Amino acid sequence: MKDLLTIQDLFKQYNKNSDPVLKGISLTVKEGEVVVVIGPSGCGKSTLLRCINGLEPVQNGSISLDTQVLTDKTTDWQSIRQKIGMVFQSYDLFPHMTVLDNILLGPLKVQKRKKQDIIPEAEALLTRVGLLDKKDSYPRELSGGQKQRVAIVRALMMKPEIMLFDEVTAALDPEMVREVLDVIMELAKGGMTMMIVTHEMQFAKAVADRILFMDHGEIVESGDPESFFTNPQTERAKQFLNIFSYESTQ
Amino acid sequence: MNLEFIQKYANLYVHAAGLTLRLALIGILLSILVGFLCSLVQYYKIPVLRKIIGAYIELSRNTPLVVQLFFLYFGLPKLGIRISSETCAIIGLTFLGGSYMSEAFRSGLESIDKIQTESALSLGFSRFQVMRYILLPQAVAISVPAFAANVIFLIKETSVFSIVALADLMYVAKDLMGLYHKTTESLFMLVIGYLVILLPISILATLLERRLRYAGFGNQSTI
Amino acid sequence: MQDLGIRVLFEGNNFARLMGGLGITIQISLLSVLLSIVLGVLFGVFMTLKNPVTRAISRVYLDFIRIMPQLVLLFIVYFGLTRMFGINLSGEVSAVIVFVLWGTAEMGDLVRGALISIPIHQYESSYALGISKKQTYLYIIIPQTLRRLIPLAINLTTRMIKTTSLIVLIGVVEVLKVGQQIIEANRYTAPDAALWIYGTIFFLYFLTCWPISKLAGYLEKKWKN
Repeated sequence: MKDLLTIQDLFKQYNKNSDPVLKGISLTVKEGEVVVVIGPSGCGKSTLLRCINGLEPVQNGSISLDTQVLTDKTTDWQSIRQKIGMVFQSYDLFPHMTVLDNILLGPLKVQKRKKQDIIPEAEALLTRVGLLDKKDSYPRELSGGQKQRVAIVRALMMKPEIMLFDEVTAALDPEMVREVLDVIMELAKGGMTMMIVTHEMQFAKAVADRILFMDHGEIVESGDPESFFTNPQTERAKQFLNIFSYESTQ
Repeated sequence: MNLEFIQKYANLYVHAAGLTLRLALIGILLSILVGFLCSLVQYYKIPVLRKIIGAYIELSRNTPLVVQLFFLYFGLPKLGIRISSETCAIIGLTFLGGSYMSEAFRSGLESIDKIQTESALSLGFSRFQVMRYILLPQAVAISVPAFAANVIFLIKETSVFSIVALADLMYVAKDLMGLYHKTTESLFMLVIGYLVILLPISILATLLERRLRYAGFGNQSTI
Repeated sequence: MQDLGIRVLFEGNNFARLMGGLGITIQISLLSVLLSIVLGVLFGVFMTLKNPVTRAISRVYLDFIRIMPQLVLLFIVYFGLTRMFGINLSGEVSAVIVFVLWGTAEMGDLVRGALISIPIHQYESSYALGISKKQTYLYIIIPQTLRRLIPLAINLTTRMIKTTSLIVLIGVVEVLKVGQQIIEANRYTAPDAALWIYGTIFFLYFLTCWPISKLAGYLEKKWKN
């Protein structure tokens, strides 16, 4: 499989006097690969995703998607972002539109497609996530889990080449986490290329082709999930996993 | 109360109310336009322009309309800028209203979570499309109560237009009091005149605010 | 007329007279604000009473005062009372009456808003700690209410000062009237004085209101939660 996303030596600082959040990140994501990024809060994993989508300026290094370099001054973010789907932690549906309008808006206004062509696609995707009956509801009438599933559909409607998930279950009530993770798992099985930031370790283990462990703005360890979770190589990764195992025994 | 007097001169009030409404309408529409543009400058923090708009807003909000009008009507002609009473009233009302409308829109825009912009951008929207489809509809809905309050405030402010020699409701009332000494009747009609203009708007504003506060988008049945 | 009449501003005691006029404006505003705050607190508590009669009375009062332009109220008191009841009030007294009527309504509504905005669990958690009702009000409720109220009351002051500009229309000799007198007196020697006099008054108002607005804004931000 070819490399889809290539990041080289990415360096990011919010302002001149603060500590850098990303200190020279390099990684590649192959087509169809699912990479899960884990690490303690503030390690820079969310920032990394936001940089890939151009929501944060970077000071150094390069990001390229397929053959396109994203870290140029001339990057046409509008067309790039259509190829990169992103779902955020906080619910980000547009509250003034129905579910259907939320997921149609991008294809209609950005891709200028015809409404009658995309409605069947939208309905098929809503059916896949079990929310077709909610298509005329407004976001505030949905539960958190339902909102996140719609947000995933909204991103998928743009036919992205890669999906970024930024702690999409972190704000959810525990009983709703599963329904969202199931959808992501489904996507993984369908061969979607994904980068996932999460705190759900069991899920990470199940969905990932590769785990990246980040701490203090660096990739500390990288490997297949089986060996990472059973036999972490670095002290920092061991400590991090320890905290989680303690939590799970409570 | 002399009903005959009221009947005889009611026409003057109707005419004056018409003038008040017409000038208020133009001034308010221009205020909305000015306010909207200023709020965009403030929201997007456009350099330099932002400072100028900021200074305008402070000046406008911290001076009374009466003084603004005195300056425009009596002061500016000395610089060779001569404007009619009506133009002067409209400029004055817009100078005042623009800043109030701007603050209403701006706080509406700023109350929208940043994630809305980010998720729209991440779908490939342009900055303009984000404003047009995502921010604007929400900001307008959020600012409706403040906006309605401003409309009422601005209509009330028009009551000083008589100082620039416009025959508005106040002017007619004062004229009639001076000419015929029918103070009670003149004032009675003055109050009725403003009630007829302001009461419907005020009731409408209350209804709108209630609807927005409790309904929002969706869930209309649970009011 | 190269100087466009700026000289008039500093001739004789003209500037001092303008400042004196501004003093009258501020005096009337401050007196009205102080009375409004006292009466407004009482009116605010009055409005929270559950009695339907007091509710109806306060509602009608509040709505009428709010819907009428203050200038109309000024006319009613200044011209109307004289005529209807034979009471002869000076412009200054009429102004204070109207501004207190208006200020009380506005302040009362702010007080009511602040009172009902304290969530019930604040009372409950205080009682749960064994704090007495009196202490609850003294240490929990009143300080929170004040923090919400003070910035709004300061804002009311700037609104009051701006509204006081209306009293030139009932003949009170305040800053605008003094300005008019100065312009009149120099009509032939400096026909362009209006620009500078009214420009100066504009900035005098600004310099009076702006710091007060800033203070209100600062306190509001500081005490937010």
